[in-house]
Amino acid sequence: MTAVTSGKAAGTMRREKISNANLLMFISICIFVIMYLAGIIIWGGGFRKPQQVFDILNNYAYLIIIGCALTIVMITGGIDISVAGIVALVSMVCVMFLKGKLWPVEGMSDGLRILLAACIAIGIGLLFGAVQGALVAYLDIQPFIITLAGMFFARGMITIVSVEPMQLTVQDEPGILDIIQHRIEIGFLGSLNKKGVMIPARMEIGVVIALVLLVAIAFMLRRSRIGRNFYAVGGNRQSALMLGIDVKKTRFIAHLISGLLAGIAGFVFMMHNVSGNATNATAGEMDAIASSIIGGTLLSGGVGNVIGTFFGVMILATIKLIVTASGLTKPWWQTITSGAMLALFILLQSVVLSRRGKKMTLPSWLKFKKE
Amino acid sequence: MDDGIVLTMRGIYKTFPGVKALQNVDFTLRKGEIHALMGENGAGKSTLIKVLTGVYEKDAGEICVDGIDGAVTIRSPQDAQEKGISTVYQEITLCPNLTVAENMYIGRDKSATVHWKKREQDADKLLKSLGIPARPKQQLGSCSLAVQQMVAIARAVDADCKVLILDEPTSSLDDHEVEMLFSLMRDLKSRGVGIIFVTHFLEQVYAVSDRITVLRNGELVGEFEVQNLPQVELVSKMMGKDLEGLSDLDKEGSANASEGEAFYEAKGLSSSEARPFDFRIAKGEVNGFTGLLGSGRSESVRAIFAADRITGGKILVEGKEKSITKPIHAMKAGIGYLPEDRKRDGIIADLSVRENIILALQVMKGFFHPMSRKEMEKFADEYIKTLEIKAASQDVPIKSLSGGNQQKVILARWLLTHPDYLILDEPTRGIDVGTKTEIQRLVLKLAEEGMSVTFISSEIEEMLRTCSRLIVMRDRKIVGELKGHELTQTNVMYTIAGGEKENAG
Amino acid sequence: MPADNRNKSSSFFQKNSQLLIPFVAIIILVIFNLIRDPGFFSIAIVNNNDGYPVLQGNLVSIFNGASELAILAMGMTLVTAASGGQDISVGALAAIAGSTLVKVLKSTETITPLTVILGILACCAVAMLFGAFNGMLVSVFRIQPMIATLILFTCGRSIAYWINGGATPTVSSPIITAIGSFIPGCPVPTPILIVLLMGILFFILFRTTTMGLYIQTVGINQGAAKLNGINPVGMKLLAFVLLGVCCAMAGTIGMSRLSLINHETLLLNVEMDAILAVAIGGNNLGGGKFNMIGSVMGAYAIQALTITLYAMKVPSTDVKAYKAIVIILLVVIGSPVVKDAFQKMKNRNGRRMLARKEAT
Repeated sequence: MTAVTSGKAAGTMRREKISNANLLMFISICIFVIMYLAGIIIWGGGFRKPQQVFDILNNYAYLIIIGCALTIVMITGGIDISVAGIVALVSMVCVMFLKGKLWPVEGMSDGLRILLAACIAIGIGLLFGAVQGALVAYLDIQPFIITLAGMFFARGMITIVSVEPMQLTVQDEPGILDIIQHRIEIGFLGSLNKKGVMIPARMEIGVVIALVLLVAIAFMLRRSRIGRNFYAVGGNRQSALMLGIDVKKTRFIAHLISGLLAGIAGFVFMMHNVSGNATNATAGEMDAIASSIIGGTLLSGGVGNVIGTFFGVMILATIKLIVTASGLTKPWWQTITSGAMLALFILLQSVVLSRRGKKMTLPSWLKFKKE
Repeated sequence: MDDGIVLTMRGIYKTFPGVKALQNVDFTLRKGEIHALMGENGAGKSTLIKVLTGVYEKDAGEICVDGIDGAVTIRSPQDAQEKGISTVYQEITLCPNLTVAENMYIGRDKSATVHWKKREQDADKLLKSLGIPARPKQQLGSCSLAVQQMVAIARAVDADCKVLILDEPTSSLDDHEVEMLFSLMRDLKSRGVGIIFVTHFLEQVYAVSDRITVLRNGELVGEFEVQNLPQVELVSKMMGKDLEGLSDLDKEGSANASEGEAFYEAKGLSSSEARPFDFRIAKGEVNGFTGLLGSGRSESVRAIFAADRITGGKILVEGKEKSITKPIHAMKAGIGYLPEDRKRDGIIADLSVRENIILALQVMKGFFHPMSRKEMEKFADEYIKTLEIKAASQDVPIKSLSGGNQQKVILARWLLTHPDYLILDEPTRGIDVGTKTEIQRLVLKLAEEGMSVTFISSEIEEMLRTCSRLIVMRDRKIVGELKGHELTQTNVMYTIAGGEKENAG
Repeated sequence: MPADNRNKSSSFFQKNSQLLIPFVAIIILVIFNLIRDPGFFSIAIVNNNDGYPVLQGNLVSIFNGASELAILAMGMTLVTAASGGQDISVGALAAIAGSTLVKVLKSTETITPLTVILGILACCAVAMLFGAFNGMLVSVFRIQPMIATLILFTCGRSIAYWINGGATPTVSSPIITAIGSFIPGCPVPTPILIVLLMGILFFILFRTTTMGLYIQTVGINQGAAKLNGINPVGMKLLAFVLLGVCCAMAGTIGMSRLSLINHETLLLNVEMDAILAVAIGGNNLGGGKFNMIGSVMGAYAIQALTITLYAMKVPSTDVKAYKAIVIILLVVIGSPVVKDAFQKMKNRNGRRMLARKEAT
């Protein structure tokens, strides 16, 4: 008997199988590469310049960060739709602070002002995260409702803070703009312009922040205790409880981190757009959810990682570029193709999930027959 | 504490309002033994386990664990684990989306970061030493259920346990996987772990256990050495009937009914849960499926009603071939089904008693023919009266009723459709004696009126009293059929146990 | 039963305890407004531009303004009950429906009552189709409703834009104006009449079919529903298709009010309000038993809150923040943890009951 057992064991051990999570992420990475290659080959032009990638990153740095936030919350089996509202609120408050509209900032150096603005951004984010997290985790209210209210509150607060859109201008705040609009030049990835002059690739500070956060979160999810607890709670809340994990605390922390990231994303958004406006980052939460899903995060929780989410953002951005490049210049094609893409990925997930489910519930006598 | 004994429970009492769940139960577990805990539904097995793991607080009695002086109080599952008592449940309580090593160590660390390298090495060592065919880095979900079960055991063992409780660990494993699990259990036994093995598979008990403790109705029947307790005797102990001096009741009533014209006939019927089987019931016949829990009796009747996905077979209703692949087909063919799990499959908890009663009839009438309020009230009133359902009014939600009354409501639901063939799966479970006899009488009355009834019950006496033919199942197979003078408790038990007298069919 | 008379009011709320929240919310708003401005609810009959007498006043604008929301709340109630989730694409779907109607109206030279009817039928059909798409994803592919409808939420308004070829066309016709404001000779705003019409439609549906019972059964216990011969997939699909009809009507009203279709702003953010209306109506967002009247009352309560805030000179853009506070207060009061704590205070024997439950 033992011989049979070990024989079968050896068989199962040698079979390296890609997990569903990695499979979904792998698919999205492939799709991104294929799409981008297709862009280079068919439409050429902008796609050939490395600056194109940096443009995407510059424009969507904030989306990468809130995408990560959503991924974390979705891994624990929840959802957070307040993130884009927080982004808009934070960018408005920061612009107002930098302009000295909140309280007098005369005498402060530009660097100190920016530092304080960053602290305000983080503070607002943490506040939202803590309140939402407490209500979701400890009062056990559906995260959708709570974070929906959070979104309403954030969006409503923007106009309470200032009805007028705010803008940092070169006339009023030259020093601040100089710092936050600083672009990191990468010479070797440059490209020739029409006059044949080498233009170095330019990357904003926000991109660095986003990428550093991305790596840090990837590491946290992979290696830290709390990161693995996120997966355990999302995989099976009951089991996680039995395994001795503090489920409530874990869910609270997930929302807290999500709020914190939304605050940082708001600051990054402000650095890129230098404006505060009630319509900033409209429907950004849906873009973030979509990038998470495309990147292989399962809505049911327990599966996903931020590297996939990063590619989700890149795919969404590339779709928009391709749609424009392919002559579908009508404004509706971008969102319709994104919607179709989202539908495709959701259906793919559904199929993958249901296949996994079937495997688990296969009656034992059927398995017995097969041998 | 005596040498070699790791756990003693003495005089355990546990009472829930209206239910004496445990009365003066003793239990002793020795070092390095596999001790089976047996009993039918409601015998108190799970209550005893829950007292031992700290889920319930005991009313009286004492528990002693090896290595701790004096009696211990166990407050929670975590507390139990710290005292060396680990449990592996029927449903695997691990996270399938994590790796094997993570599942073994998550929730036990207190540091912020995890040294997975070291953890993986530890896990690898433990898995290898226990002969569990899993890699530490493998995702748990990609392992077979048996291996997942074994990983759960490895986790428990690594937490330095003296007592390992396996609660129905084999119910979803195939024969080969069961063998794997058993060799692991024997290995642990040789290391001195005391294992409490809860199962309802008789053969498995005899394959692996050293000792058996039998409970019945919350009371201790006794502790036996395996070799001194033949299978048939074990069954009789579980069911509470002595083999000797057993007065075999003569079956009264129309035993000939089974010879009559068939109402329903199935050939090779199989579902996603039930293996292919043949079945036939005559008009006005009362027959029954019997066998221990998990023998496939419920799955078989579910297949007749198409409650699970039908995978094959031929069905004749009144001689005509019919395709019954959905419950609605079965209902249209005149079949009613009272499910085994009342809470999960029967009641619509938030709806009123009235709505629960008329539901099936309403579905039969069709989407575009809703009953008027008056009609509903009339039907509900009628059946509340005939079945003596105790409810404050028709309008109260069914969840506010007692179990017995809920069952009567579901029964009313099906009687209202005036079926030709009614399947009753455990209609008397958790119901007081008075209601039980009421339901039995009702079944016989319905049969006299020409209805065919299939009756399932864990209580053999009840089956003998009502059924004129019994189909006996063991390990998901039909192993015999008893009728007429063969219908004696002795016979039934021998057939269930698969003993030497298996010639009844 | 004369003895019961004394407790009649309390027993009404015991039976319909769900209606308590919207009822109390409305009462509080009414009292608050009456104290602030005793003339708040006065209704006047004035002659409008066309010279017809029409009703005017805050109460009328509450009922009129909440029309689209009330209709959507009806459909959302069904979807919530059957699927245990919410449809977040109702606003986008209303925009699609409105665009379809405009497309049909624009395709003929003169707008006659017949073309309007045809247009409304066409927009109902389109909305039902999209509703069926959502329902399909939810029932057959078992995707969470919120995620399934995220697809249409993302691209629905763009589809609406596409239908009219990138324009925001205006429709000038007395018939459309009549739908959006007043039918000549009738003092009640037409949207209120349409709400009534939809209410009657649902009433007839509930009376002539077993929909109500089936949807609740599916929402409470899908497995048991199946064992009683109900098709859960069909019921969920039906709920989504009916919500599609509601979206079509809401889109029609919204379009008619302005006599133009703006795919971006038509019923913007209405999905959140519709879900809120269902929640305020005392319906469990997890599905099961439902009370459509509660949801409609919830819709009016939301509109009353909005109008009150406007009357207090709160800018329209700020209303969201106050609404958020109201939502949070409501869900916190209704949360299981708070309810349990309440129950424990009320009922000292709670523990024993629990033990009994576990024993059976």
